[in-house]
Amino acid sequence: MYEGVVQDLIDELGRLPGVGPKGAQRIAFHLLAADPADVRRLAQVLIEVKEKVRFCRTCFNVAEAEECRICQDPRRDPSVLCVVEESKDVVAIEKTREFRGRYHVLGGAINPIEGIGPDDLRIRELMTRLADGTVTELILATDPNLEGEATATYLARLVKPMGLRVTRLASGLPVGGDLEYADEVTLGRAFEGRRLLDV
Amino acid sequence: MHVAHLSLTDFRSYPAVELPLEPGVTALVGPNGQGKTNLVEAVGYAATLGSHRVATDAPLVRLGAPRAVVRVRVVRDGRATLVELEINPGRANRARLNQSPVPRAREVLGVLRTVFFAPEDLALVKGDPAERRRFLDDLLVARTPRLAGVRADYERVLKQRTALLKSAGPALRQRGAGVDLSTLDVWDAHLAQVGAELLAARLELVATLRPLVSGAYDAVAPAPGGTALDYACSMGPDVEPATGRDELAEQLLAALSAARPRELERGVCLIGPHRDDLVLRLGPAPAKGYASHGESWSYALALRLAAYTLLSADGGEPVLVLDDVFAELDAGRRARLAALVAPAEQVLITAAVAQDVPEALTGAWVDVRDGTVQRVR
Repeated sequence: MYEGVVQDLIDELGRLPGVGPKGAQRIAFHLLAADPADVRRLAQVLIEVKEKVRFCRTCFNVAEAEECRICQDPRRDPSVLCVVEESKDVVAIEKTREFRGRYHVLGGAINPIEGIGPDDLRIRELMTRLADGTVTELILATDPNLEGEATATYLARLVKPMGLRVTRLASGLPVGGDLEYADEVTLGRAFEGRRLLDV
Repeated sequence: MHVAHLSLTDFRSYPAVELPLEPGVTALVGPNGQGKTNLVEAVGYAATLGSHRVATDAPLVRLGAPRAVVRVRVVRDGRATLVELEINPGRANRARLNQSPVPRAREVLGVLRTVFFAPEDLALVKGDPAERRRFLDDLLVARTPRLAGVRADYERVLKQRTALLKSAGPALRQRGAGVDLSTLDVWDAHLAQVGAELLAARLELVATLRPLVSGAYDAVAPAPGGTALDYACSMGPDVEPATGRDELAEQLLAALSAARPRELERGVCLIGPHRDDLVLRLGPAPAKGYASHGESWSYALALRLAAYTLLSADGGEPVLVLDDVFAELDAGRRARLAALVAPAEQVLITAAVAQDVPEALTGAWVDVRDGTVQRVR
């Protein structure tokens, strides 16, 4: 145990995801040794992030204004909507530069064990967005695990009466890798999901 | 295949032990509590990443030691592979193949295959259906590694669906019919889909095992009525399980929707492969409850022998491990079992009393006493 505020700092840092007690201690002593200006800047950013950043009122991505940059951008195709679980998934898809449509961030996946049902996700907001008929294709890009699949199935059933084109991201082998390094579960599923090669 | 060398560090009672082994029969003999079973348990661990005696890894590490290490050199068709496993209770285990680390410990599965006969096998016949389901599923995964993923997915879907049933039931009773059950439909669909895959694999396995078990039982202990395996499905006795996976999924879905009121009432999932059983019949009666102690033993042996035949036919004859089984059998059964296993590439036997090992199984002889091993023959 350290005295007073040093221990408080270690405790607070230790509550962050991915930081254990040893790591918290290392960060704390790094901060103690660092230039006061650097530390002040960090503190300032921490306060600002809580004050300034909010969720986009349309897609619920993190934003600095009422709407996020993607929702404000008139060049983005409003007819294609990609549904993801978290804001970080938006960033991941943006990096591909493949997708020119818009997003909807659910804020998680259906997970009864953790008590998360459809009402806890931004599904009602999604339905409101779809109601005006601008969107013609819905891409379900939830995680390829059970909870993500269940959420995708739930949404697909929910929007079925609307007659939209509903697609799901493909899953299988990673590109650029070697077949021999794929684990048997992934490889087995890739076999199940094999497709006809049109030549 | 056979195990050419076993080396343990801080595993169970052993601080360190080296045991060179050869193809053919090796008997590990010594009084009770000297560490015979620990040696074969380690061989089994290298094959399945699990113990046949305990469900968690913690008891495998010698008391007071931080981790245990199991090293097994496996020779298959003349080629040696070194499997090294570091057992870290509470953390991920680490594995190396021929000295190079592998990303996941389960990548070593399949290098060594074993079929284990142990006193615990009696539970296959006398125990709960869960024991028999595990027997089927373990065998499925050993033959088709992909099914490990299906099995894990099923467990997960089941947990999620059960959690939903538990919370939806009381809500329904409180608020009446206004509760939205559409998420339950989604989990039903997933349970039916994954469940059908598991069920189809099990049904096919039972059909393959049926003649093998019957043949093995007759060879160990000829019974007048013969034996039969039935797969008892949770969908009810009047539902004849379909053969195709899609048809099975439809059947499961129909059964789930029929059972829904009862499921919501009780908050448990009543339909699915997790409620099925493998019914072992001896003559006209089920073995459970009707078979004698000796007959139950013969049945357990027959199941393991059938698994051995099946795995051998797939290629890569497994190592046979007979942990303390001869003491339980009469002279006739003992001799017949010995004759059945003697031709195997490698047989590891543990026995407390030297006389329990049948004469047909002569081979190497290792004295196990007080945590030390000594080759005496």
